[in-house]
Amino acid sequence: MLDFYAVDRLLTAEQRAIRDTVREFVDAEIIPQVRGWWDRHEFPAAIKGRYGALGLFGANLPEEYGCAGVDSIAYGLINYELERGDSGLRSFASVQGALVMYPIYAYGSEEQRRRYLPELAAGRLIGCFGLTESDGGSDPGAMRARARRDGDGWVLNGAKMWITNSPLADIAVVWAKDDEGIVRGFIVPTDTPGFSAPIIESKMSLRASCTGEIVLQDCRVGPEAILPEAKGLKSPLGCLTQARYGISWGALGALEAVYSCARDYATTRTTFGKPIAGRQLVQDKLVRMLTDHSLGLLMAHQLGTLKDAKKMTFAQVSMAKRNNVRVALNGARAAREILGGNGITTEYPVIRHMLNLETVDTYEGTHDIHTMIVGREITGVGALE
Amino acid sequence: MRILVCVKQVPDPNTVEYQIDPDTKRLVRDGVTNVLDPGAEVALEAALQLAEVDGDSTVTVVAMGPEDAEDALRRALAMGATDGALITDDGLAGSDALGTAKALAATIKELGFDIIFCATESTDGYTGMVPGMVAELLGIPHLSFVRSLEVRDGVLTGQRVVALGYQTVQCPLPLLVAIASGSHEPRYPALKGIMAAKRKKVEEYNLADLGLAAGDAGESGARERVLELRAVEERQAGTIVEDDGTGAAQIAALLRQRGVI
Ligand SMILES: Cc1cc2nc3c(=O)[nH]c(=O)nc-3n(C[C@H](O)[C@H](O)[C@H](O)COP(=O)(O)OP(=O)(O)OC[C@H]3O[C@@H](n4cnc5c(N)ncnc54)[C@H](O)[C@@H]3O)c2cc1C
Ligand SMILES: Cc1cc2nc3c(=O)[nH]c(=O)nc-3n(C[C@H](O)[C@H](O)[C@H](O)COP(=O)(O)OP(=O)(O)OC[C@H]3O[C@@H](n4cnc5c(N)ncnc54)[C@H](O)[C@@H]3O)c2cc1C
Repeated sequence: MLDFYAVDRLLTAEQRAIRDTVREFVDAEIIPQVRGWWDRHEFPAAIKGRYGALGLFGANLPEEYGCAGVDSIAYGLINYELERGDSGLRSFASVQGALVMYPIYAYGSEEQRRRYLPELAAGRLIGCFGLTESDGGSDPGAMRARARRDGDGWVLNGAKMWITNSPLADIAVVWAKDDEGIVRGFIVPTDTPGFSAPIIESKMSLRASCTGEIVLQDCRVGPEAILPEAKGLKSPLGCLTQARYGISWGALGALEAVYSCARDYATTRTTFGKPIAGRQLVQDKLVRMLTDHSLGLLMAHQLGTLKDAKKMTFAQVSMAKRNNVRVALNGARAAREILGGNGITTEYPVIRHMLNLETVDTYEGTHDIHTMIVGREITGVGALE
Repeated sequence: MRILVCVKQVPDPNTVEYQIDPDTKRLVRDGVTNVLDPGAEVALEAALQLAEVDGDSTVTVVAMGPEDAEDALRRALAMGATDGALITDDGLAGSDALGTAKALAATIKELGFDIIFCATESTDGYTGMVPGMVAELLGIPHLSFVRSLEVRDGVLTGQRVVALGYQTVQCPLPLLVAIASGSHEPRYPALKGIMAAKRKKVEEYNLADLGLAAGDAGESGARERVLELRAVEERQAGTIVEDDGTGAAQIAALLRQRGVI
């Protein structure tokens, strides 16, 4: 792991072992193939079994539900290593763990936990998370999806947009407003009549991840579908806090990938009789990238320590997501520059990471939305609403 | 079945440039990243697969080394071994292959076993002698270069890699097998395995526990002496023949000159 500030010394033997095992897996099974998947706009479906066998789905949830029960720093390191491979393949695990398994764990009934979590952990079931709609993803409270009471069950109507995994999912955690206008969460099997999930084609980002819509047309679910403890917008936002935490680690993995590539390239590429690494302008870019990586890693590590101590605030998560993704994106752009023309082909990992990070900068709360979350926190005056 | 696997901790061959201390003529092991020998992982994989088929088996991993060799054992436990034994004692430092084998054999006797797995050779010391010595000290058969195996009714049937192909052999338990390198693809330790490993038991043994005296193992007991270590001479650059139409004749002349043709 790229580790200029010896964060490794802060890790436990177990955290290191977990990082190393995921790192080996990513080096052996993702990095050699990801370019092909990305170029073909293909999600490698077989990887779900591999993630399941390794225990990468919902790894921070308790063992009694078939999960590994790792601490928050180990969980962060898993995200870091996966995203060093590809942001899309990290997203696959994040959605399943933080946005599908976490809400079932946090807001579900014991019966729902026992029924779904072990299957999701093993990768035998795949889930997706439907919150965003086509207009104004930044303002999920304005959602139009509705859940109408119908006997002892519910009838769902609405349309969700930009939903990771939806075309291949077995279950969807869908958010909709009930008759009183309160946001509720539902576990909807994707073979329920009235449920469809058209795929979104031609993405130029997260091409190794599958993204789709969710269309709900008089989709009737039984009383067992509702997440009993999820009431109000704070429930889906609670899931996002989990996912954003993972992203704040993950983005640094992508930064390691582009930094390492750029440094290696710069030391071997020669112009005017000397490696370009020996030029001040190039060193400036590399040093900025490495400094950003070091600061980001220290922030992520401290955030993990706070999370396990139950002291992490959502504004801290916003700051880490906002910063770490943006520095990774800027680093990828700088790396792209260092690689010159070679920087624009997928023969090198740089432009793939750069384009992926455009999504990561936007989803889970855009960069600017997080600016306003932190801004409100420090000034007491909201700029968002 | 009671399955034992001898696993060694070695400087990470993927990240560490092996260096020899000119005074002691030993491999430098301090200040480098040490890992479970990748060869031992292959032997462990073979053992775990056998245990999975058998169902009613335990897999105990045994390592001799400094205190931190426990990390290698933890990795083996994370891969799925049941428990571990660590043989560690200042008096064991500097053991030669025979000393290592004596310490391993004494521990193995304490533990009891039906079958012992080793790798064919370690990635660092590379003598390939320890497995045969352990088998001899325990008075049991030693099957070398084993690439696949099964056990039925207390009898092992396995394939050995030999010069001409594969030899199928049979042998009743108890016995020791040395697994051929590359014959099994070691699994990654799954996250649950890593979490479970910290709760698994690792028993420590020292010289006294094993009833060994200082002269049996360690530096003082080592009868092998490394006299000299030399780097491999770098090869001379070859001759490049540029083909100006007479290339074939030039090459033929060169080969004739060296007596090849
Ligand atoms: C590949 C991909 C996968 C995704 N996966 C999922 C998923 O699995 N589940 C899910 O629910 N969603 C998912 N999303 C949706 C994602 O979370 C949204 O795209 C994101 O929240 C932004 O919403 P939007 O695209 O509608 O942009 P908008 O909200 O329309 O924002 C557009 C621009 O306006 C700015 N803006 C918005 N409001 C303000 C304001 N008040 N002040 C200043 N500026 C503002 C934003 O910062 C942004 O720059 C995914 C998106 C992508 C691209
Ligand atoms: C004077 C002298 C001093 C030495 N000092 C040291 C020293 O301080 N530290 C050191 O590591 N080596 C030392 N060596 C080298 C030592 O002989 C070998 O490392 C050791 O005896 C094992 O031999 P090998 O590695 O060649 O094993 P091989 O015979 O090549 O190993 C084959 C297999 O045997 C098993 N095995 C071997 N060693 C162990 C072990 N330690 N624990 C568990 N299983 C094992 C494994 O399954 C292994 O894959 C010294 C050698 C000499 C001659």
